[in-house]
Amino acid sequence: MSASGIALRRRLGALSPLIYVGGGICLFWAVLALAAPWISPYDPIAQDLAATLQPPNAAHLLGTDNFGRDVLSRIVWGTRLDLQMGVLGVLFPFIIGTTIGALSGYFGGFVDMLLMRLLDVTISFPFFVLIIAIVATLGPGLISFYIALALVGWVSYARLIRSRFIVLKHADFVMAARSLGYRHLRIIFHHILPNAIMPAVVFCVSDAVIDIVLGSSLSYLGLGIQPPTAEWGLMIAESQTFIATAWWIATFPGLAIVLLAVGFSLLADGIAEQLGIRD
Amino acid sequence: MHRFNFVLYRPIQLIPVLIGISIVTFVLIHAIPGDPARLLLGAKATPEAIAAIHGKYGLDRPVAIQYFYFVANLIRGELGLSIIYRAPVLLVVVDRILPTLFLLIYAVMLAVILSVVLGSTAAAYRGRPADQAIRLFSTVGLGLPAFWLGIILMMVLSIGFGWFPVSGYGDDFLDRLHHLFLPAFTVALAMAPVLTRNLRASLIAESTADYVSAAKAKGLPRHVIFFHHIFRNSLIPTINLLGVNVGWLIGGTVVVEAVFSVPGLGSLLVSSIFARDYLVVQAVTLILALGVVATNFLVDIVTVALDPRIQP
Amino acid sequence: MAVLDVADLSVEFATAKGPLRAVDQISFGLAEGEVLGIVGESGSGKTVACRSILRLLPGERASISGKVLFEGRDLLQLAEPSMRELRGSRIGMIFQNPSTHLDPLMTVGRQVAEPLIYHQGLSASEARKKAVELLRLVGIPDPKRNADAFPHQFSGGMRQRAMIAGAVACEPRLLIADEPTTALDVTVQAQILRLLLELRDRTGLAIILITHDLGVVAATCDNVAVMYAGRIMERAAKAELLRRPLHPYTEGLMRSRPTAAGRGRELHTIEGQLPPLGDPPRGCRFHPRCIHAQARCQTGAVALEAASSTHSTACLRWREVMAPA
Repeated sequence: MSASGIALRRRLGALSPLIYVGGGICLFWAVLALAAPWISPYDPIAQDLAATLQPPNAAHLLGTDNFGRDVLSRIVWGTRLDLQMGVLGVLFPFIIGTTIGALSGYFGGFVDMLLMRLLDVTISFPFFVLIIAIVATLGPGLISFYIALALVGWVSYARLIRSRFIVLKHADFVMAARSLGYRHLRIIFHHILPNAIMPAVVFCVSDAVIDIVLGSSLSYLGLGIQPPTAEWGLMIAESQTFIATAWWIATFPGLAIVLLAVGFSLLADGIAEQLGIRD
Repeated sequence: MHRFNFVLYRPIQLIPVLIGISIVTFVLIHAIPGDPARLLLGAKATPEAIAAIHGKYGLDRPVAIQYFYFVANLIRGELGLSIIYRAPVLLVVVDRILPTLFLLIYAVMLAVILSVVLGSTAAAYRGRPADQAIRLFSTVGLGLPAFWLGIILMMVLSIGFGWFPVSGYGDDFLDRLHHLFLPAFTVALAMAPVLTRNLRASLIAESTADYVSAAKAKGLPRHVIFFHHIFRNSLIPTINLLGVNVGWLIGGTVVVEAVFSVPGLGSLLVSSIFARDYLVVQAVTLILALGVVATNFLVDIVTVALDPRIQP
Repeated sequence: MAVLDVADLSVEFATAKGPLRAVDQISFGLAEGEVLGIVGESGSGKTVACRSILRLLPGERASISGKVLFEGRDLLQLAEPSMRELRGSRIGMIFQNPSTHLDPLMTVGRQVAEPLIYHQGLSASEARKKAVELLRLVGIPDPKRNADAFPHQFSGGMRQRAMIAGAVACEPRLLIADEPTTALDVTVQAQILRLLLELRDRTGLAIILITHDLGVVAATCDNVAVMYAGRIMERAAKAELLRRPLHPYTEGLMRSRPTAAGRGRELHTIEGQLPPLGDPPRGCRFHPRCIHAQARCQTGAVALEAASSTHSTACLRWREVMAPA
């Protein structure tokens, strides 16, 4: 069921094609993000009021928006933000959720019961609505987004890890470790966790997709990245007034979101298939 | 029908969750920096008004006591006054429930039709091009942001072909069906990938089940085997999935309402955030959470009704 | 008059590793009211053979050849809609695990009534009345109330009875029973077997009883065919077979059964394993495990040879190595 170290190495022998395709796409975006200063043809926030609302042409491969800003450059620079939202967005929930789930699953008892109640309450709120409400409280912006995710997103990880721990804490190797006198924390993090963690890692990758869509949605609504910074969701919001005449401003950033998300999705599916894990 | 007894005592079991929801909602507003009284009154902050608010919400008391003021007010249906609308929050919110409900139900129906058609086709033509295409749609669809989807549909179908209005709610029932089609379809498209994937997997699993072999050995017509046996068994995990995903459904609706300017709870939420009309934000969040709890309850009832094995 | 006449039936699956012959040229038949037992280990091909009679093999990767004559018609030549007409009305089938072979979401009564509705055109209420009678016939208590029950509310034995009721609802001429008692308690096994014999006595139903248990064969069958690795090794009237097996495999099977007389002694086993059906042994398929194997057992096809009018064996050396009459 879950991969131990040896089995993991054995299975990484022949990689699933999904990992190659998905990983390739993610790598593409990562390179784009890093190389933005060198690849981007124009400054993303530089306005050129003589060249507003130009369709894709030789000078501006993906056209310009209502301020004359180059769409391609804005997409390239926007990669840094949207990629970051996916990667950093899962980091804190993963760490917090894994820790809480491990402790709760291992020790059980009152703490566990409390956790389960907290979980029930959190999942009663529509995820998106809760994020919006928290961001509203804290003020719009990327930091608020990460804080909101940390406060709400840990739940899925805690649930996954907790259920693995409940099973694994009765395993033989745990009994063995206990009989050797190892302390609880050592057993949890050194022995059980490596065996329990793979489903959470796989979930991380597919969770990144949710965070990318979430973050860009938030920016679309005006609660995330603020203008004039280039971010894909924000670009789509700014384009809405002009979609009758300028289809490119809305279409290309959206395609970018989809392509980035698909990269992570395929990667997640590939890893899950490779390790034989289904959630 | 003692299997349905749980309908009576489940609400009591839900009380801790409801309390938790009220606490979270309470904390949300109280985490906002600044004098709550000024926040609630906005520009009209006269000393008397401030003092009145302090009295009503117990703002000079410890936080825990304030919570009880909050709950007491809640039970009385006293959700405060909206700064922007100059009306009781309760009325403002109630006014917007119907459009959102309409949109939600419309979206669920379209999502179900879409996923049943796609899921069944994929399962029936398993391994062949149609199935591959549908599975591709499922994977790609997970990364399709609802707001962008809505804008593209608007661009093509409203502005391009002129088939649908760009925004709004409509006047009578048929007009509403027309106005809300694109928003509902957008939400349905956003939900379809997950539902399709699940239904397809269920259908494939059920079609290789033993009772299907037995049904075939009885020489039953193929459509009977599919609809009376395979499909009914596949429905239950999918309905469950729908229930689990109702939070996402509502989230999608919020965004779509903003895209299409539908006067529902979602657009109220967003506009209230910008207007700093915090009591409205609180009320909408509360109602949507209650909606999720109520929907899950409903899904449980439906599941028990459909599956005789369940003993809740 | 033969109800079923199977001649040279072969079933071949196309697998990634090449063609796999699960059933190789078997022939058998049964007459009205006859109970034929088909005995063999798992993997002997007995289930595949019988499912191919009804053309119920999963997947499209199976090719069936030979002749299966039922009531004068070759089932292998029939179009699928005609097969569907026969299934559940002229030929019934029951399975090993009644728990998984009943739809958990449909009442037992309705599942028994289904063949009546779709084959005989009865209305739902007429079919339900008949279903209640059928449930009574198979020995289910309080049939009116239990017709509205769901499978999970029944015990294993009751579920099997219900499945039998559904299979004989349209009064078929032939019933194929695929290990109907294997998943049941021993006491219940006897009841179910008795029920099958009662149905045979009452309606002249011919029954093919697939089993790996010689005890079941001894209790119920008129004739027996012993299958191994896709072929029939021996075919005889039951009493003959049990009294004097003419094939080393059958003998091995019989000796492997734990008996009260053998208590305290080591159990006899047949050494070796089933051969891979993708690459079967040449000649007699049992020779790798047979203590009497000689060179000539490894070459050429081994056909069933009639030792008497009621007993055939596929062993080349039966005259030398098997016990005399």
